[in-house]
Formats: sequence, C-alpha cells, structure tokens
Amino acid sequence: MNLFTRALRSLRNSDAVEPHSGEGLSGRGILIFERTSEVIAAETALRKAGVHIAIKGPPPEIQTGCDMAIEFPIVDELEVTRVLSAKRIKPVQMLPLQDTLLEPVSLYNTKDFGDYLMVRAANMKMTIRKTDRTIVNISGGGCPDVPFLAERLVGKTLEAAREPRTLGNSLCGYALQMAYDELRRQCLG
Amino acid sequence: MSWLIVGAVPREDIPTVDSPCAIDDRTLRIGGYSITPARGTPALLAAACHAAHALGIEPPTALIAGDTGRGDGSARLYQALLERLDRNVEPLMVFHYLQPDIDWHNRIFLKIEELEQKPIMVADAGWMYVAKMSGLAPSYDLFTPDIGELAFLADEDAPHPFYTRGFLLQDEEKAPELIERAYAHENAARNLLVKGRCDYIASSDGIIAEVCEPCVEAMEPIGGTGDSLTGIVAALIHSGRSVPDAARIGALANRMLGLITNPTPASSIAELLPYVGEALAGSMDLHRHI
Repeated sequence: MNLFTRALRSLRNSDAVEPHSGEGLSGRGILIFERTSEVIAAETALRKAGVHIAIKGPPPEIQTGCDMAIEFPIVDELEVTRVLSAKRIKPVQMLPLQDTLLEPVSLYNTKDFGDYLMVRAANMKMTIRKTDRTIVNISGGGCPDVPFLAERLVGKTLEAAREPRTLGNSLCGYALQMAYDELRRQCLG
Repeated sequence: MSWLIVGAVPREDIPTVDSPCAIDDRTLRIGGYSITPARGTPALLAAACHAAHALGIEPPTALIAGDTGRGDGSARLYQALLERLDRNVEPLMVFHYLQPDIDWHNRIFLKIEELEQKPIMVADAGWMYVAKMSGLAPSYDLFTPDIGELAFLADEDAPHPFYTRGFLLQDEEKAPELIERAYAHENAARNLLVKGRCDYIASSDGIIAEVCEPCVEAMEPIGGTGDSLTGIVAALIHSGRSVPDAARIGALANRMLGLITNPTPASSIAELLPYVGEALAGSMDLHRHI
C-alpha cells in the first residue's frame, strides 16, 4: 500500500481528518505528500514565501517509514495552497492537526578529533577538516540515498556543497541536513 | 551452500543482480558489474568477501539493485527477494540498505515464516528500521545498531531514528539502559551488537560481552566501518560460530582493522578493507586467549 492509499484509509478511519471537528485541534494543519522529495520541494517554497512551517512525522496511520509531513498554521491555508500550486506541488492531503505528530530529533552530538570535527544528528554523522571546512566523511543512516549523498558531498567544502536535502529523498538525508546545518552554524556562524 | 546479502547500491545503472560476489584488488565484482566499496552495502559485501576468504568459506551471494534514494531499486529488490524465496533459501540472510517499507517487509517476512527451515536473519540499516517498525524485531537473530539507532530501537513510538524522542539521550554511557528498554518493548532482535566507543553484545538476558579495545577513535567518522563490521560478523556466523561469538570476534576484528591501518577521520573504508583478513586472523588469536 503506498502513502496515498494509506492517507485515504486514514481519511476514512480517523477523526483527525474530519474538517474543523473542533476538539483537539491546535490551529495548525499538516500537508501529506506521496514522496519525500515533494516534501523537501514544498518546504523550500513555503519557507521562501515566509510561511511558518515545521517538518514533522506524519500520524501513525499513514507512516511508511521514511515519511515526513509539513506542519503549517491553518490560517495560512490559502497562502500555502497558492504557493504550492505556483510550484506545481500537489499534496496528497491537507489535514487539520491533532496531537499525533512526531517531533524530529533536535539534539546534536559534536566530537572534536583535533584537525577534524564531527557532528551527529539522529543516525547521521558528517565530518569536516577544520582548516578548509572540507567534508571528509559521512557515515550512518540506512536509506539508499545515504551512500549517494556521501558520494556527492565528500570532498566539497561546507560553502560549496549543495544542501543535503536538495539531493536526498529520505529522512536519513534530512538528518544529514541537520548535521550539515549544525556544522555550518559552528564553523561559519 | 552459499549465504545471501541483500541491499541497494548507489548506482542508477545497476539493475537487479543476483550473483555470487568476488573482490578483485579493491573492486567488487558482481554479475559483470564492478563496484567500488566506498560505503553502504558494497562495503558490507567487500568485507564479507575478504572475511570469507580468510575463513576458508564460500563468498556470499549478492542480491543488489541500484537505488540513489528514490526507492525504485528498493522496490525491485523487495520483489526479487519475494520471488527468489520460492526457489532458493540460503541458511544465512543479511538484509541491509533499503528504503523502509512495512508492507513489503511483512510480505517477505511471512514468506520466510512459512519455510520449514528458517534462515538465520541479520538486519542492519534500512532493513533494521523497517523490521523494528513492523513489530517483528524479535524474530531476527541479530541487529547491528550504532548508538543513534539503538535510541531509535529503545523508543517504542519512533518510526525512524529521525523521530527518536529527546529524553532517550543518544549518549554512549546510556547504552546499557537503551538496550534494556529496546528489549522491554520487544523492539530488538534476539541478539544486538551495538557499535560505539565500546561495542556491546546483548540479548534479552542482558549484556553478554563488552569489547572496548583496541580503541581507534578515527574509525567512528569513517563511512562504512559499521558496514564492514556487519560483513565480518556475517561471515563468522556462516563459518559456524554462534551469533554472540561471531559478534564478539567481529567487533574485535573491526577494531583490529583500525589498529592495523591507523586511519584518520578523512580515510575511506575502501583503503581499510584489504586488511580485513589480517584483522580477523588477529582477533581470532586474541579471542582464543580471552
């Protein structure tokens, strides 16, 4: 069953999808997409448009494993629709939010190896050489885009490397983005 | 009989390939394809080939497909594995990098459950994630998580390490507590090999062994050092060692690999893998004297 089918099943079976049912709603909504790459494209477009969004885990009924959802202020629904339509990004569903979403990890682990600095976010680690901020290694993860991301990023500087989320398609790729952001914060301010 | 390693490789040009693998100089040869074992499933396969050679057993059969993250190769791999189980079941199956998909996982798992003679099942990376998500972790013989993945196994609500809750600190000092919690919620395989500053071998009875030496700090940031460990342990299992014994010797061998090669955090696993045989011989010697 793909994510779309799961979302439809969720629509049929869960109170969470009844429009404006009132109780338990938080003034926020979530966008569900079929592919992680669409989540990343939508995130980029919505942030650029100034919509206050957050990446979250979808409700358990529609998880497949490497899924993300976008949380947004429900009052911005029209703006969200307009931005996504302009970019031709079509969510599978737009749902009012109950308290069923999962929070991404927010803690980082930094390890200093002398000439090298490593940051771990969730299951992903990125290591740079301090002198020139070149990414020298990427480790961890379990989704198939991780080895691909490593091939694309190792050997590039933090300044020159593309953001992992623009190349990856999975939550592991997104965790790597967090490690990359943290390294940029620590090294580039 | 051969043993099977299943996983995606980061190449668009590789279709589904089901073939014995060989290591030639520093290149993997699988069904006419040449692959550099830079990390991930190719690194696991290369380590397994080197270890098999050192142990005098046959090399593994590889079931691979190219997948750079879109999931298309993983879908082909799930399908190929499902069909393959009708005609061929190796006594040891190692599941590695795949796009987690509960439905596919469960279809394959149910097929394996129907077998009279069930294989020994080792899972790491994406397959370990989906095995935990499906609630079927206790049916596996071995998981090989690092500390971040162990916290994910310990969090009964997390569908992926990305959503591990903050109170489950991903601190190596907490590994024993996280192991206990993973077993309490039935989210661990029968055996765990937790990779870290100290490697822990555990079962539902608790920690069986702890391997902390030799400690080469630079191994942690090198992509593929966890994959090499899983490959070495799998070869040891296929050579007849019990799973906890194989995990303990394998942990020692992977550390010896660091000691022999003296890497920096910028080293590549491909530079280290040719020394797996030497590291394994050293670790087996040491193990005999422990």
